[in-house]
Amino acid sequence: MNWNVLLDFSPLADNSDKLLSAFWANIRISVTVGILSLVLGTLITAMRVSPVRVLRVAGAFYVNTLRNTPLTLVLLFCSLGLSDTLKFRISHTPSINFFWLAVLGMSVYTAAFVAESLRAGINTVPMGQAEAARAIGLTFTQSLRMVIMPQAFRAVIAPLGSVMIAMIKNTTVVLVASYYEAASLMKDMFEQYGATLPIFIGFAVGFMCLTLPTGFFFNWLAKRMAVVR
Amino acid sequence: MRVRHFGVVAAALAVAGMGISGCAAKKNTTVADKAKDGKKIVIGVKYDQPALGMKTGSGVEGFDIDVAKYIAKKLGVKDDSKIEFKEARSANRETFLQNGTVDMVIATYSITDARKPKVTFGGPYVVTHQDLMVRANDNSITSLQSLKGKKLCAVSGSNSWKNITEGTNKLNAKVAAVTVPAQGYEECITKLKGGSVDAVSTDATILGGFAVREGSPVKVVNAPFTDEKYGVGLKKGDTKTCNAVNDAIKSMYSDGTAKQLWEKWFAKANLPFDATAPAPEGCS
Repeated sequence: MNWNVLLDFSPLADNSDKLLSAFWANIRISVTVGILSLVLGTLITAMRVSPVRVLRVAGAFYVNTLRNTPLTLVLLFCSLGLSDTLKFRISHTPSINFFWLAVLGMSVYTAAFVAESLRAGINTVPMGQAEAARAIGLTFTQSLRMVIMPQAFRAVIAPLGSVMIAMIKNTTVVLVASYYEAASLMKDMFEQYGATLPIFIGFAVGFMCLTLPTGFFFNWLAKRMAVVR
Repeated sequence: MRVRHFGVVAAALAVAGMGISGCAAKKNTTVADKAKDGKKIVIGVKYDQPALGMKTGSGVEGFDIDVAKYIAKKLGVKDDSKIEFKEARSANRETFLQNGTVDMVIATYSITDARKPKVTFGGPYVVTHQDLMVRANDNSITSLQSLKGKKLCAVSGSNSWKNITEGTNKLNAKVAAVTVPAQGYEECITKLKGGSVDAVSTDATILGGFAVREGSPVKVVNAPFTDEKYGVGLKKGDTKTCNAVNDAIKSMYSDGTAKQLWEKWFAKANLPFDATAPAPEGCS
Protein backbone atom coordinates (compact mmCIF):
# COMPACT_ATOMS: atom_id res chain seq x y z
CA MET A 1 0.00 0.00 0.00
CA ASN A 2 1.47 3.30 -1.06
CA TRP A 3 0.56 5.71 1.71
CA ASN A 4 2.20 8.68 0.03
CA VAL A 5 -0.21 8.48 -2.87
CA LEU A 6 -3.20 7.97 -0.58
CA LEU A 7 -2.48 10.97 1.62
CA ASP A 8 -0.87 13.34 -0.84
CA PHE A 9 -2.76 16.62 -0.55
CA SER A 10 -0.16 18.59 -2.51
CA PRO A 11 -2.25 18.84 -5.73
CA LEU A 12 -4.81 20.82 -3.75
CA ALA A 13 -2.17 23.09 -2.24
CA ASP A 14 -0.47 23.65 -5.60
CA ASN A 15 -3.74 24.74 -7.16
CA SER A 16 -5.12 26.80 -4.30
CA ASP A 17 -5.64 29.88 -6.48
CA LYS A 18 -7.56 27.89 -9.06
CA LEU A 19 -9.58 26.22 -6.30
CA LEU A 20 -10.60 29.55 -4.83
CA SER A 21 -11.63 31.02 -8.17
CA ALA A 22 -13.56 27.85 -9.05
CA PHE A 23 -15.48 27.88 -5.79
CA TRP A 24 -16.04 31.61 -6.24
CA ALA A 25 -17.77 30.69 -9.52
CA ASN A 26 -20.08 28.40 -7.53
CA ILE A 27 -20.84 31.17 -5.05
CA ARG A 28 -21.57 33.67 -7.81
CA ILE A 29 -24.01 31.42 -9.58
CA SER A 30 -25.61 30.22 -6.31
CA VAL A 31 -26.32 33.75 -5.08
CA THR A 32 -27.75 34.86 -8.41
CA VAL A 33 -29.89 31.77 -8.78
CA GLY A 34 -30.98 32.02 -5.13
CA ILE A 35 -32.33 35.53 -5.62
CA LEU A 36 -33.94 34.92 -9.01
CA SER A 37 -35.54 31.62 -8.00
CA LEU A 38 -37.08 33.19 -4.87
CA VAL A 39 -38.61 35.98 -6.96
CA LEU A 40 -39.82 33.61 -9.68
CA GLY A 41 -41.04 31.04 -7.14
CA THR A 42 -43.08 33.68 -5.32
CA LEU A 43 -44.70 34.73 -8.58
CA ILE A 44 -45.55 31.10 -9.43
CA THR A 45 -47.07 30.59 -5.98
CA ALA A 46 -49.17 33.72 -6.39
CA MET A 47 -50.41 32.28 -9.69
CA ARG A 48 -51.24 28.96 -8.06
CA VAL A 49 -53.46 30.52 -5.37
CA SER A 50 -54.95 33.26 -7.53
CA PRO A 51 -58.72 33.48 -8.18
CA VAL A 52 -58.12 33.28 -11.97
CA ARG A 53 -58.36 29.70 -13.21
CA VAL A 54 -56.03 30.14 -16.20
CA LEU A 55 -53.27 31.39 -13.91
CA ARG A 56 -53.78 28.51 -11.50
CA VAL A 57 -53.55 25.96 -14.30
CA ALA A 58 -50.51 27.65 -15.82
CA GLY A 59 -48.78 27.70 -12.43
CA ALA A 60 -49.52 24.03 -11.79
CA PHE A 61 -48.29 23.15 -15.29
CA TYR A 62 -45.04 25.05 -14.74
CA VAL A 63 -44.32 23.39 -11.41
CA ASN A 64 -45.16 19.90 -12.60
CA THR A 65 -43.08 20.23 -15.77
CA LEU A 66 -39.94 21.76 -14.26
CA ARG A 67 -39.99 19.76 -11.06
CA ASN A 68 -40.12 16.48 -12.97
CA THR A 69 -37.48 17.27 -15.60
CA PRO A 70 -33.85 16.42 -14.85
CA LEU A 71 -31.78 19.56 -14.30
CA THR A 72 -29.18 18.37 -16.81
CA LEU A 73 -31.82 18.37 -19.53
CA VAL A 74 -33.02 21.86 -18.59
CA LEU A 75 -29.44 23.14 -18.73
CA LEU A 76 -28.69 21.29 -21.97
CA PHE A 77 -31.75 22.91 -23.50
CA CYS A 78 -30.46 26.32 -22.40
CA SER A 79 -26.93 25.88 -23.76
CA LEU A 80 -27.04 23.46 -26.70
CA GLY A 81 -30.68 24.20 -27.51
CA LEU A 82 -31.12 27.94 -27.05
CA SER A 83 -27.58 29.17 -27.56
CA ASP A 84 -25.95 26.74 -29.98
CA THR A 85 -28.84 25.60 -32.14
CA LEU A 86 -31.44 28.41 -31.98
CA LYS A 87 -28.63 31.00 -31.70
CA PHE A 88 -30.36 32.89 -28.90
CA ARG A 89 -27.44 34.71 -27.29
CA ILE A 90 -27.68 36.89 -24.21
CA SER A 91 -24.22 38.35 -24.87
CA HIS A 92 -21.49 37.97 -27.48
CA THR A 93 -18.92 37.28 -24.78
CA PRO A 94 -19.12 33.52 -24.19
CA SER A 95 -18.44 33.71 -20.44
CA ILE A 96 -21.28 36.18 -19.85
CA ASN A 97 -23.62 34.42 -22.26
CA PHE A 98 -23.19 30.99 -20.68
CA PHE A 99 -23.25 32.35 -17.13
CA TRP A 100 -26.71 33.82 -17.68
CA LEU A 101 -27.93 30.76 -19.59
CA ALA A 102 -26.84 28.59 -16.65
CA VAL A 103 -28.54 31.03 -14.27
CA LEU A 104 -31.68 30.90 -16.41
CA GLY A 105 -31.80 27.11 -16.43
CA MET A 106 -31.09 26.73 -12.73
CA SER A 107 -33.49 29.51 -11.72
CA VAL A 108 -36.50 28.17 -13.59
CA TYR A 109 -35.74 24.71 -12.16
CA THR A 110 -35.22 25.83 -8.55
CA ALA A 111 -38.24 28.17 -8.72
CA ALA A 112 -40.52 25.14 -9.07
CA PHE A 113 -39.25 23.80 -5.72
CA VAL A 114 -39.45 27.23 -4.07
CA ALA A 115 -43.05 27.55 -5.28
CA GLU A 116 -44.02 24.20 -3.80
CA SER A 117 -42.46 25.05 -0.41
CA LEU A 118 -44.16 28.39 -0.39
CA ARG A 119 -47.55 26.92 -1.26
CA ALA A 120 -47.18 24.62 1.73
CA GLY A 121 -46.47 27.75 3.78
CA ILE A 122 -49.66 29.40 2.56
CA ASN A 123 -51.60 26.38 3.78
CA THR A 124 -50.30 27.00 7.31
CA VAL A 125 -51.84 30.49 7.39
CA PRO A 126 -55.26 30.17 9.07
CA MET A 127 -58.28 30.75 6.82
CA GLY A 128 -59.47 33.49 9.19
CA GLN A 129 -56.53 35.66 8.15
CA ALA A 130 -57.57 35.68 4.50
CA GLU A 131 -61.22 36.24 5.45
CA ALA A 132 -60.28 39.13 7.74
CA ALA A 133 -58.19 40.66 4.96
CA ARG A 134 -61.16 40.44 2.60
CA ALA A 135 -63.50 41.87 5.27
CA ILE A 136 -61.45 45.06 5.63
CA GLY A 137 -61.61 45.51 1.87
CA LEU A 138 -58.16 44.39 0.68
CA THR A 139 -57.93 43.15 -2.90
CA PHE A 140 -56.42 39.72 -3.67
CA THR A 141 -53.00 41.19 -4.44
CA GLN A 142 -53.06 43.36 -1.34
CA SER A 143 -54.05 40.55 1.01
CA LEU A 144 -51.44 38.24 -0.52
CA ARG A 145 -48.72 40.86 -0.24
CA MET A 146 -49.52 42.27 3.18
CA VAL A 147 -51.19 39.43 5.08
CA ILE A 148 -50.69 35.96 3.60
CA MET A 149 -47.17 35.95 2.08
CA PRO A 150 -45.33 37.46 5.07
CA GLN A 151 -46.74 34.74 7.30
CA ALA A 152 -46.26 31.99 4.71
CA PHE A 153 -42.60 32.93 4.15
CA ARG A 154 -41.87 32.88 7.86
CA ALA A 155 -43.33 29.38 8.15
CA VAL A 156 -41.20 27.85 5.37
CA ILE A 157 -37.76 29.34 6.00
CA ALA A 158 -36.30 25.99 7.07
CA PRO A 159 -37.63 24.02 4.04
CA LEU A 160 -36.48 26.86 1.77
CA GLY A 161 -33.04 26.38 3.32
CA SER A 162 -33.08 22.77 2.14
CA VAL A 163 -34.06 23.91 -1.35
CA MET A 164 -31.15 26.36 -1.34
CA ILE A 165 -28.66 23.72 -0.16
CA ALA A 166 -29.86 21.39 -2.92
CA MET A 167 -29.47 24.26 -5.38
CA ILE A 168 -25.85 24.91 -4.28
CA LYS A 169 -25.03 21.25 -4.82
CA ASN A 170 -26.81 21.34 -8.17
CA THR A 171 -24.31 23.95 -9.37
CA THR A 172 -21.92 21.04 -9.93
CA VAL A 173 -23.72 20.14 -13.17
CA VAL A 174 -23.64 23.59 -14.79
CA LEU A 175 -20.69 22.47 -16.89
CA VAL A 176 -23.30 21.18 -19.35
CA ALA A 177 -24.24 24.84 -19.80
CA SER A 178 -20.54 25.64 -20.42
CA TYR A 179 -20.01 27.32 -17.07
CA TYR A 180 -16.75 26.41 -15.36
CA GLU A 181 -16.95 25.80 -11.61
CA ALA A 182 -15.43 23.62 -8.92
CA ALA A 183 -16.66 20.26 -10.24
CA SER A 184 -15.14 21.02 -13.65
CA LEU A 185 -11.84 21.89 -11.97
CA MET A 186 -12.03 18.56 -10.14
CA LYS A 187 -12.32 16.78 -13.50
CA ASP A 188 -9.30 18.70 -14.80
CA MET A 189 -7.32 17.76 -11.72
CA PHE A 190 -8.31 14.10 -12.15
CA GLU A 191 -6.91 14.25 -15.67
CA GLN A 192 -3.68 15.81 -14.43
CA TYR A 193 -3.09 13.86 -11.21
CA GLY A 194 -5.36 10.83 -11.57
CA ALA A 195 -8.54 10.39 -9.53
CA THR A 196 -7.10 10.34 -6.03
CA LEU A 197 -8.82 10.35 -2.67
CA PRO A 198 -7.30 13.64 -1.38
CA ILE A 199 -8.74 15.55 -4.35
CA PHE A 200 -12.18 14.06 -3.65
CA ILE A 201 -11.93 14.98 0.02
CA GLY A 202 -10.75 18.50 -0.78
CA PHE A 203 -13.72 19.20 -3.01
CA ALA A 204 -16.21 17.59 -0.63
CA VAL A 205 -14.91 19.81 2.17
CA GLY A 206 -15.09 22.81 -0.16
CA PHE A 207 -18.75 22.19 -0.84
CA MET A 208 -19.48 21.66 2.83
CA CYS A 209 -17.92 25.07 3.51
CA LEU A 210 -20.66 26.48 1.28
CA THR A 211 -23.62 24.35 2.34
CA LEU A 212 -23.15 24.01 6.12
CA PRO A 213 -23.22 27.77 6.83
CA THR A 214 -26.23 28.07 4.54
CA GLY A 215 -28.03 25.44 6.60
CA PHE A 216 -27.07 27.08 9.90
CA PHE A 217 -28.16 30.48 8.63
CA PHE A 218 -31.59 29.27 7.53
CA ASN A 219 -32.13 27.36 10.79
CA TRP A 220 -31.22 30.44 12.80
CA LEU A 221 -33.48 32.59 10.64
CA ALA A 222 -36.35 30.12 10.93
CA LYS A 223 -36.16 30.19 14.74
CA ARG A 224 -35.89 33.94 14.86
CA MET A 225 -38.74 34.61 12.44
CA ALA A 226 -41.11 31.85 13.54
CA VAL A 227 -44.75 32.93 13.72
CA VAL A 228 -45.97 32.39 17.26
CA ARG A 229 -49.57 31.32 17.19
CA MET B 1 -16.87 10.52 24.16
CA ARG B 2 -15.63 6.98 24.61
CA VAL B 3 -17.90 5.83 21.79
CA ARG B 4 -16.45 8.48 19.54
CA HIS B 5 -12.86 7.43 20.29
CA PHE B 6 -13.73 3.84 19.63
CA GLY B 7 -15.13 4.85 16.25
CA VAL B 8 -11.90 6.56 15.27
CA VAL B 9 -9.84 3.51 16.29
CA ALA B 10 -12.17 1.19 14.38
CA ALA B 11 -11.89 3.36 11.27
CA ALA B 12 -8.10 3.42 11.56
CA LEU B 13 -8.00 -0.35 11.93
CA ALA B 14 -10.27 -0.79 8.93
CA VAL B 15 -8.01 1.40 6.79
CA ALA B 16 -4.90 -0.42 8.03
CA GLY B 17 -6.58 -3.76 7.31
CA MET B 18 -7.35 -2.68 3.79
CA GLY B 19 -3.70 -1.72 3.36
CA ILE B 20 -2.40 -5.07 4.59
CA SER B 21 -4.81 -7.13 2.53
CA GLY B 22 -3.89 -4.98 -0.48
CA CYS B 23 -0.24 -5.94 0.01
CA ALA B 24 -1.04 -9.59 0.54
CA ALA B 25 -3.10 -9.75 -2.65
CA LYS B 26 -0.28 -8.34 -4.77
CA LYS B 27 0.88 -10.79 -7.40
CA ASN B 28 4.37 -10.88 -8.76
CA THR B 29 3.51 -12.10 -12.25
CA THR B 30 3.89 -9.56 -15.03
CA VAL B 31 1.39 -9.02 -17.80
CA ALA B 32 3.78 -10.69 -20.25
CA ASP B 33 3.82 -13.85 -18.06
CA LYS B 34 0.07 -13.76 -17.79
CA ALA B 35 -0.32 -13.60 -21.56
CA LYS B 36 2.06 -16.55 -22.08
CA ASP B 37 0.27 -18.65 -19.47
CA GLY B 38 -2.91 -18.35 -21.50
CA LYS B 39 -4.70 -16.25 -18.92
CA LYS B 40 -7.12 -13.55 -19.94
CA ILE B 41 -5.63 -10.08 -20.16
CA VAL B 42 -7.68 -6.92 -19.63
CA ILE B 43 -6.92 -3.89 -21.80
CA GLY B 44 -8.27 -0.43 -21.02
CA VAL B 45 -9.45 1.46 -24.11
CA LYS B 46 -11.59 4.48 -24.96
CA TYR B 47 -15.25 3.92 -25.79
CA ASP B 48 -16.04 7.35 -27.21
CA GLN B 49 -13.37 8.27 -29.77
CA PRO B 50 -14.39 7.68 -33.38
CA ALA B 51 -11.73 5.77 -35.35
CA LEU B 52 -9.57 5.22 -32.23
CA GLY B 53 -11.65 3.39 -29.67
CA MET B 54 -15.40 3.42 -30.18
CA LYS B 55 -18.06 1.26 -28.62
CA THR B 56 -20.38 -0.21 -31.22
CA GLY B 57 -23.27 -2.62 -30.89
CA SER B 58 -21.08 -5.72 -31.23
CA GLY B 59 -17.94 -4.59 -29.41
CA VAL B 60 -15.26 -1.95 -29.65
CA GLU B 61 -13.42 -0.91 -32.78
CA GLY B 62 -10.75 1.53 -33.86
CA PHE B 63 -7.05 2.04 -34.37
CA ASP B 64 -6.19 1.62 -30.67
CA ILE B 65 -8.20 -1.61 -30.55
CA ASP B 66 -6.38 -3.08 -33.55
CA VAL B 67 -3.00 -2.07 -32.10
CA ALA B 68 -4.01 -3.63 -28.78
CA LYS B 69 -4.89 -6.90 -30.50
CA TYR B 70 -1.60 -6.92 -32.40
CA ILE B 71 0.49 -6.25 -29.29
CA ALA B 72 -1.43 -8.85 -27.28
CA LYS B 73 -0.76 -11.42 -29.99
CA LYS B 74 2.96 -10.64 -29.92
CA LEU B 75 2.93 -10.99 -26.13
CA GLY B 76 1.68 -14.53 -26.59
CA VAL B 77 -2.09 -14.28 -26.36
CA LYS B 78 -3.39 -17.09 -28.55
CA ASP B 79 -6.70 -15.65 -29.78
CA ASP B 80 -8.93 -12.63 -29.36
CA SER B 81 -11.23 -14.36 -26.89
CA LYS B 82 -8.43 -14.10 -24.31
CA ILE B 83 -8.53 -10.31 -24.54
CA GLU B 84 -11.09 -8.37 -22.53
CA PHE B 85 -11.62 -4.70 -23.36
CA LYS B 86 -12.68 -2.38 -20.59
CA GLU B 87 -13.55 1.30 -20.82
CA ALA B 88 -10.78 3.49 -19.39
CA ARG B 89 -11.68 7.17 -19.25
CA SER B 90 -8.91 9.76 -19.15
CA ALA B 91 -9.47 10.38 -15.44
CA ASN B 92 -9.26 6.78 -14.26
CA ARG B 93 -6.42 5.41 -16.40
CA GLU B 94 -3.78 5.77 -13.67
CA THR B 95 -6.03 4.30 -10.99
CA PHE B 96 -6.99 1.33 -13.16
CA LEU B 97 -3.32 0.50 -13.72
CA GLN B 98 -2.35 1.00 -10.09
CA ASN B 99 -5.06 -1.20 -8.63
CA GLY B 100 -4.90 -3.83 -11.36
CA THR B 101 -8.39 -3.30 -12.83
CA VAL B 102 -6.71 -3.42 -16.22
CA ASP B 103 -3.38 -4.98 -17.25
CA MET B 104 -2.63 -2.49 -19.97
CA VAL B 105 -4.01 0.83 -21.20
CA ILE B 106 -4.09 1.66 -24.90
CA ALA B 107 -6.40 4.64 -24.88
CA THR B 108 -4.95 7.73 -26.62
CA TYR B 109 -2.61 7.80 -23.64
CA SER B 110 0.01 10.50 -24.24
CA ILE B 111 3.40 9.92 -22.65
CA THR B 112 4.07 12.99 -20.48
CA ASP B 113 6.64 13.75 -17.81
CA ALA B 114 3.86 14.30 -15.29
CA ARG B 115 2.57 10.76 -15.81
CA LYS B 116 5.93 8.95 -15.92
CA PRO B 117 6.35 8.67 -12.12
CA LYS B 118 3.04 6.81 -11.88
CA VAL B 119 2.98 4.71 -15.03
CA THR B 120 5.47 2.67 -17.03
CA PHE B 121 5.02 3.46 -20.70
CA GLY B 122 5.74 1.08 -23.56
CA GLY B 123 6.07 2.67 -26.97
CA PRO B 124 5.06 5.21 -28.24
CA TYR B 125 3.21 3.19 -30.87
CA VAL B 126 2.29 6.28 -32.84
CA VAL B 127 3.07 9.99 -32.70
CA THR B 128 0.30 12.41 -33.52
CA HIS B 129 0.06 16.17 -33.28
CA GLN B 130 -2.43 18.55 -31.82
CA ASP B 131 -4.36 20.33 -34.51
CA LEU B 132 -7.33 22.66 -34.94
CA MET B 133 -10.81 22.06 -36.29
CA VAL B 134 -12.88 24.98 -37.56
CA ARG B 135 -16.05 25.56 -39.56
CA ALA B 136 -15.46 24.86 -43.25
CA ASN B 137 -16.29 28.45 -44.29
CA ASP B 138 -13.99 30.02 -41.69
CA ASN B 139 -10.72 31.15 -43.26
CA SER B 140 -9.59 33.41 -40.43
CA ILE B 141 -7.98 30.60 -38.43
CA THR B 142 -4.96 29.16 -40.18
CA SER B 143 -2.43 28.65 -37.40
CA LEU B 144 -1.99 28.52 -33.66
CA GLN B 145 -1.27 32.26 -33.49
CA SER B 146 -4.45 33.21 -35.33
CA LEU B 147 -6.50 31.76 -32.46
CA LYS B 148 -5.89 34.95 -30.49
CA GLY B 149 -9.21 36.34 -29.31
CA LYS B 150 -11.12 33.46 -30.92
CA LYS B 151 -13.50 31.24 -28.99
CA LEU B 152 -11.84 27.91 -28.20
CA CYS B 153 -13.66 24.87 -26.85
CA ALA B 154 -12.11 23.80 -23.52
CA VAL B 155 -13.04 20.26 -22.58
CA SER B 156 -12.98 19.69 -18.86
CA GLY B 157 -10.69 16.79 -18.03
CA SER B 158 -8.55 17.22 -21.16
CA ASN B 159 -5.30 19.18 -21.33
CA SER B 160 -5.43 20.04 -25.04
CA TRP B 161 -6.72 23.60 -24.54
CA LYS B 162 -4.08 24.27 -21.89
CA ASN B 163 -1.38 23.54 -24.46
CA ILE B 164 -2.69 26.63 -26.29
CA THR B 165 -3.48 29.03 -23.46
CA GLU B 166 -0.56 28.07 -21.24
CA GLY B 167 2.06 27.79 -23.98
CA THR B 168 3.01 24.12 -23.61
CA ASN B 169 3.40 23.66 -27.37
CA LYS B 170 6.25 23.44 -29.87
CA LEU B 171 6.15 27.17 -30.57
CA ASN B 172 6.11 28.01 -26.83
CA ALA B 173 3.36 30.46 -27.68
CA LYS B 174 0.79 31.43 -25.09
CA VAL B 175 -2.22 32.33 -27.21
CA ALA B 176 -4.94 34.34 -25.49
CA ALA B 177 -7.95 32.49 -26.84
CA VAL B 178 -11.35 32.88 -25.17
CA THR B 179 -12.13 29.51 -23.63
CA VAL B 180 -15.64 28.08 -23.61
CA PRO B 181 -15.91 25.13 -21.19
CA ALA B 182 -17.55 21.93 -22.41
CA GLN B 183 -18.05 18.40 -21.19
CA GLY B 184 -16.67 16.49 -24.13
CA TYR B 185 -15.51 16.76 -27.74
CA GLU B 186 -18.91 15.61 -28.97
CA GLU B 187 -20.41 18.75 -27.39
CA CYS B 188 -17.61 20.91 -28.84
CA ILE B 189 -18.54 19.82 -32.37
CA THR B 190 -22.17 20.89 -31.78
CA LYS B 191 -20.96 24.22 -30.42
CA LEU B 192 -18.60 24.65 -33.35
CA LYS B 193 -21.38 24.10 -35.86
CA GLY B 194 -23.69 26.43 -33.92
CA GLY B 195 -21.09 29.19 -33.70
CA SER B 196 -20.66 29.21 -29.91
CA VAL B 197 -17.00 28.32 -30.42
CA ASP B 198 -14.71 29.08 -33.37
CA ALA B 199 -12.22 26.25 -32.93
CA VAL B 200 -11.87 22.81 -31.38
CA SER B 201 -8.36 21.63 -30.67
CA THR B 202 -7.02 18.21 -29.78
CA ASP B 203 -5.00 15.38 -31.29
CA ALA B 204 -5.26 15.16 -35.07
CA THR B 205 -6.28 11.51 -34.82
CA ILE B 206 -9.34 12.41 -32.73
CA LEU B 207 -10.24 15.41 -34.90
CA GLY B 208 -9.77 13.22 -38.00
CA GLY B 209 -12.31 10.74 -36.65
CA PHE B 210 -14.85 13.51 -36.12
CA ALA B 211 -14.09 15.11 -39.50
CA VAL B 212 -14.84 11.84 -41.28
CA ARG B 213 -18.13 11.52 -39.45
CA GLU B 214 -19.27 15.15 -39.73
CA GLY B 215 -18.31 15.67 -43.37
CA SER B 216 -18.50 19.08 -45.05
CA PRO B 217 -19.53 21.57 -42.30
CA VAL B 218 -16.15 21.30 -40.56
CA LYS B 219 -12.50 21.03 -41.59
CA VAL B 220 -9.16 20.28 -39.96
CA VAL B 221 -6.74 23.21 -40.34
CA ASN B 222 -3.61 21.00 -40.57
CA ALA B 223 -1.36 23.24 -38.46
CA PRO B 224 0.25 20.82 -36.00
CA PHE B 225 1.82 22.39 -32.92
CA THR B 226 2.55 19.58 -30.44
CA ASP B 227 3.87 16.02 -30.47
CA GLU B 228 1.57 13.60 -28.72
CA LYS B 229 3.25 10.26 -28.17
CA TYR B 230 0.62 7.63 -27.61
CA GLY B 231 2.07 5.04 -25.28
CA VAL B 232 1.02 1.70 -23.84
CA GLY B 233 0.33 2.28 -20.16
CA LEU B 234 1.57 -0.46 -17.82
CA LYS B 235 1.70 -0.86 -14.08
CA LYS B 236 4.65 1.10 -12.66
CA GLY B 237 7.77 -1.08 -12.65
CA ASP B 238 6.64 -3.75 -15.11
CA THR B 239 9.74 -3.35 -17.31
CA LYS B 240 9.58 -6.92 -18.59
CA THR B 241 6.24 -6.36 -20.30
CA CYS B 242 7.37 -2.91 -21.36
CA ASN B 243 10.34 -4.35 -23.29
CA ALA B 244 8.13 -6.99 -24.87
CA VAL B 245 5.66 -4.26 -25.92
CA ASN B 246 8.48 -2.23 -27.47
CA ASP B 247 9.57 -5.27 -29.51
CA ALA B 248 5.99 -5.78 -30.64
CA ILE B 249 5.73 -2.15 -31.75
CA LYS B 250 9.02 -2.43 -33.66
CA SER B 251 7.75 -5.44 -35.56
CA MET B 252 4.38 -3.73 -36.14
CA TYR B 253 6.23 -1.05 -38.11
CA SER B 254 8.67 -3.39 -39.86
CA ASP B 255 6.00 -5.82 -41.12
CA GLY B 256 3.79 -3.02 -42.42
CA THR B 257 0.87 -3.60 -40.04
CA ALA B 258 1.16 -0.09 -38.64
CA LYS B 259 0.73 1.51 -42.06
CA GLN B 260 -2.10 -0.82 -42.95
CA LEU B 261 -4.00 -0.09 -39.73
CA TRP B 262 -3.41 3.65 -40.06
CA GLU B 263 -4.83 3.66 -43.56
CA LYS B 264 -7.75 1.51 -42.49
CA TRP B 265 -8.87 4.12 -39.95
CA PHE B 266 -7.51 7.49 -41.12
CA ALA B 267 -7.28 7.34 -44.93
CA LYS B 268 -10.58 9.19 -45.28
CA ALA B 269 -9.38 11.94 -42.95
CA ASN B 270 -6.22 12.50 -45.07
CA LEU B 271 -3.93 12.10 -42.09
CA PRO B 272 -0.31 11.57 -43.21
CA PHE B 273 1.39 8.42 -41.92
CA ASP B 274 4.91 8.49 -40.51
CA ALA B 275 6.52 5.28 -41.72
CA THR B 276 9.46 5.20 -39.30
CA ALA B 277 8.80 3.60 -35.96
CA PRO B 278 8.86 6.22 -33.20
CA ALA B 279 11.87 5.86 -30.89
CA PRO B 280 10.94 4.07 -27.67
CA GLU B 281 10.91 6.24 -24.57
CA GLY B 282 12.67 3.58 -22.55
CA CYS B 283 11.24 1.40 -19.82
CA SER B 284 11.43 2.55 -16.23
